[in-house]
Amino acid sequence: MIVTAHFPVLVIVISMLSAFTILIAGRWNKKTCLPISIATISVQLFMAFFILNQVFTRGTIHYRLGGWAPPWGIEYVIDAFNAYVLVIVLFICLLTAIYAKRSIEREQPHRIVPFYVVFQLLITGLCGITVTGDIFNLYVFLEIASLAAYALIAVAGGRALKASYNYVIMGSIGACFYLLGAGFLYAVTGSLNMADLSHLLPPLYESKVVQAAFVFFVVGLSIKMALFPLHIWQPDAYTYAPSVVTVIIAAAMSKVSIYAFIRVFFSVFTTDFIRIYVPIATAISWIAAIAIIVGSVIAIMQSNLKRMLAYSSVSQVGYIVLGVGLYSTQWGLHGALIHILNHAITKGCLFIVAGAIIYRCGLWNIRDFEGLGKKMPYTCAAFTLAALSMIGIPPSVGFITKLCLLAASLEATEYVFVAVILASTLLNLVYFWRVIERMYFVRGEGEEENEIKMGEAPVSMVLPALILASLCIIVGILWLAGAKTPLLPVVDQAVNALLGTGVVAAP
Amino acid sequence: MMEESIVYSYRPLLAILCPATAAILILLSSKRPNVRESWTIIAGILQFALVASMIPTILNEGVIKCTFFPTMFEGIAFGFKVDAFGLIFALTASFLWILVSFYSIGYMRSLKEHAQTRYYFCFAIAIFGAIGVALSANLLSMFIFFEILTVSTYPLVIHDQSKEAISAGRKYFAYLLTAGVFLLFAIMMTYYLTGTTDFTNGGIKALAELGPAYKLTMVILFFCFLLGFMKAAWMPFHSWLPTAMIAPTPVSALLHAVAVVKAGVFGIVRIVCYIYGVDLMTSLGLGLALACIAGFTMIVANLFAIAQDNLKKRLAYSTINQLSYIILGAGLLTTEGIRGAMIHIPFHGFMKITLFLCAGAIMVATGKKNISEMGGVGKTMPVTMLAFTITAFGMCGIPPACGFISKWFLCQGALQAGEIVFLFVLLIASFLDVVYFFPIIHTAFFKKPEGVAEEVEVRVKEAPLFMLVPLSITAIFSVIFFLDFILGLNIISMYFYKLVEIAVGNVVP
Repeated sequence: MIVTAHFPVLVIVISMLSAFTILIAGRWNKKTCLPISIATISVQLFMAFFILNQVFTRGTIHYRLGGWAPPWGIEYVIDAFNAYVLVIVLFICLLTAIYAKRSIEREQPHRIVPFYVVFQLLITGLCGITVTGDIFNLYVFLEIASLAAYALIAVAGGRALKASYNYVIMGSIGACFYLLGAGFLYAVTGSLNMADLSHLLPPLYESKVVQAAFVFFVVGLSIKMALFPLHIWQPDAYTYAPSVVTVIIAAAMSKVSIYAFIRVFFSVFTTDFIRIYVPIATAISWIAAIAIIVGSVIAIMQSNLKRMLAYSSVSQVGYIVLGVGLYSTQWGLHGALIHILNHAITKGCLFIVAGAIIYRCGLWNIRDFEGLGKKMPYTCAAFTLAALSMIGIPPSVGFITKLCLLAASLEATEYVFVAVILASTLLNLVYFWRVIERMYFVRGEGEEENEIKMGEAPVSMVLPALILASLCIIVGILWLAGAKTPLLPVVDQAVNALLGTGVVAAP
Repeated sequence: MMEESIVYSYRPLLAILCPATAAILILLSSKRPNVRESWTIIAGILQFALVASMIPTILNEGVIKCTFFPTMFEGIAFGFKVDAFGLIFALTASFLWILVSFYSIGYMRSLKEHAQTRYYFCFAIAIFGAIGVALSANLLSMFIFFEILTVSTYPLVIHDQSKEAISAGRKYFAYLLTAGVFLLFAIMMTYYLTGTTDFTNGGIKALAELGPAYKLTMVILFFCFLLGFMKAAWMPFHSWLPTAMIAPTPVSALLHAVAVVKAGVFGIVRIVCYIYGVDLMTSLGLGLALACIAGFTMIVANLFAIAQDNLKKRLAYSTINQLSYIILGAGLLTTEGIRGAMIHIPFHGFMKITLFLCAGAIMVATGKKNISEMGGVGKTMPVTMLAFTITAFGMCGIPPACGFISKWFLCQGALQAGEIVFLFVLLIASFLDVVYFFPIIHTAFFKKPEGVAEEVEVRVKEAPLFMLVPLSITAIFSVIFFLDFILGLNIISMYFYKLVEIAVGNVVP
């Protein structure tokens, strides 16, 4: 019992300690890096599941760091939403770590040790953002994660340096905005604890300082999560980063930024504030709708698979934000939260496949993909399943997102959003089917049927892709089955907590 | 409307699991063709037996329910509900799948086609989708199977993998997935308006009670549904169907004469009779609109058909025309009209599949695809052409094939509705059927093959037995249905008449 009570902080601490352990052990033998990393993440994932279970059965967990009572000490607060995101992030991290083995050996053979050290630091940051209940502490972890991400992208060298540099500039601007927001709130309330703030702020809602702080938060986090039109750092970063890094940034890190966005939206501020004082919901819904369409349209124009997927991410972030914008409907926030998991699974799978294709064939241009379906059957099957999920063919996860957002838009009688969601289905079809067509059906010139020999990527790369691809379908059915499975009640609880009285009752 | 007795059973689930399991087994045994094909056959027979085993319950005025799980949306459960109408479609599709599987073996092996595993795999999944559509309890469940059907037939359409096939595949997707988008919107809108999407005898009550303020909404909604069922190939959204004829013939036969297109008309009838209901349709004037669209399609499609020289393309336009017979029957909103529409679903299935199978047999035996080249085929392939002739007669509504019966009902339905115009439309369309079918028969039997000046001794050269037997069976069945109606035996014809009787009794008070 004594150990389990400390799980919220241990999730972060062991990750950070493992980073240093890897550094020391790696100097002695490079081969120890991966096992240490996988073992750490497995333990973390176990803890995350334990926390989720505890939150689900007994309610929100409050952990006082060092025993200092909030609002003076830092408090870790975990409700259904944190626990849900934590599990998703760590699960993706675990698969990425398995995937990383061969990928990083090929792409960065000389930087294996530093890679795992920074990778583990990135995970530390991500977990920290997720568990903390303090806005300044969140900023610290956000910077840890971002700095680690800058470094990981830059590892690839060449064009990745420029991409990373862009990301540094944009990311730092985003972080500054966030810090300004936190500073403003501290100036007017003298508190940094989310729960405390949500109690102190309501009388001050009319204050311009508070309103400005809110806008700073929104803009800062929008940059971090690459919401259109603040996404410009994202396509380059995704395209030129090493394959492993792209997977973790696209599938896990972007989810955490979105988590922070939603958390600030509903837990630091409240629905009253958004409704009456800064009526931003309509605006961000429209921005999200534009993001969905523009992201997809630009994705259609890409010939580089990773870049195409990057723009697709821009449009997918739009989905989540659209759900947030429609929070006042029954299914809006559900759609957003559900899509956090859905997108993590699907995009993770797609980027893993993109990396596997680069690993085995060195191909990144969609035009060269002819006959790949025969050469790498399992990888391509995973891609197809994930692509179908992106398009939203039932019973995949993408279909569930579409249903929720459609229900929300109809309830809000916003027919434009209905049209946007449906149109994006067709746009997704266009750019994903182009790839599938190449992989399976288009024949190269002078190419004979039996010439193509099977040359699958290594198991450690294919397995994560297949796991995620099958999850696209399984999780879709689980969502659809609704109340009978544990998934939807967790989201229910999370949504209730968010739209209710904030993170927690007064300490 | 009678009180229904509800029977809970897992048989519908088992029935659709047959092709799903078969699909996996087919993938696993891709290296051994004989094992692979036998999975298809076994699954087909099992599935038909399971579907047929549901007949007695339905004949007892019961429905079979199998709720899988309640979905995340309150009021929608994912599950199956078998009623008389669904069973008609399921029976047709599952029975014809067995025959077409045999035929596929003959066809694919004679032509030494590539990627046969993919072919059988997708075929099984497509049947999984089609039977799922037939047995679904509500619109959302139906939509899921509908999309599975669309996606799984795509690799079949582009089987050839030529440039032309791939662009045909694009067209296929562009039409059918756009349709899916409209359908999804319509379904969610229905759910939003009424809180349910269950198929209800006589229409969803909550929809009928919405009141005059929602009149326009309901009309728009209905057209969204219609667009959603583009699979029914009503004009002007038909052109995917002739393009899809580039697929191998068994695919065109089962999927583009029975499973896919029938899923479309099946959906339209479901909307008319089980979502809107006859009364609401009448008061909104939508029946007439539907009948007009159908009437237009019937005439124009036939005119297009006359111009085609490629046999499969001509048959495709004929399918477009015949599908609209069904839509017209539903649009008339009378007892006889709906009866004709419902009975035409299996009857047209059996007849059109025969015609397609004949076309494929001719192609395999002689390599000819165009009608103008088919001089003398009647002498070299007598059995095939006999089957073709009988069913072509049926298409035109001439005995001794069952097309006569459905057309008879439809004409009566038009009279019952008091719409003499549609009676004439029916008759003109039937006449046009004659115009494009008889030249084929004439060419085959009475014209000499090209380039043969003198009378040479004609040797009979039929297609392999694997192909010949299935097409003979379907032709025989089309005659049996007719005889059965005359004699009133009702046993040899899979109880279609009884089932239709019950289905009509359910939907029309």
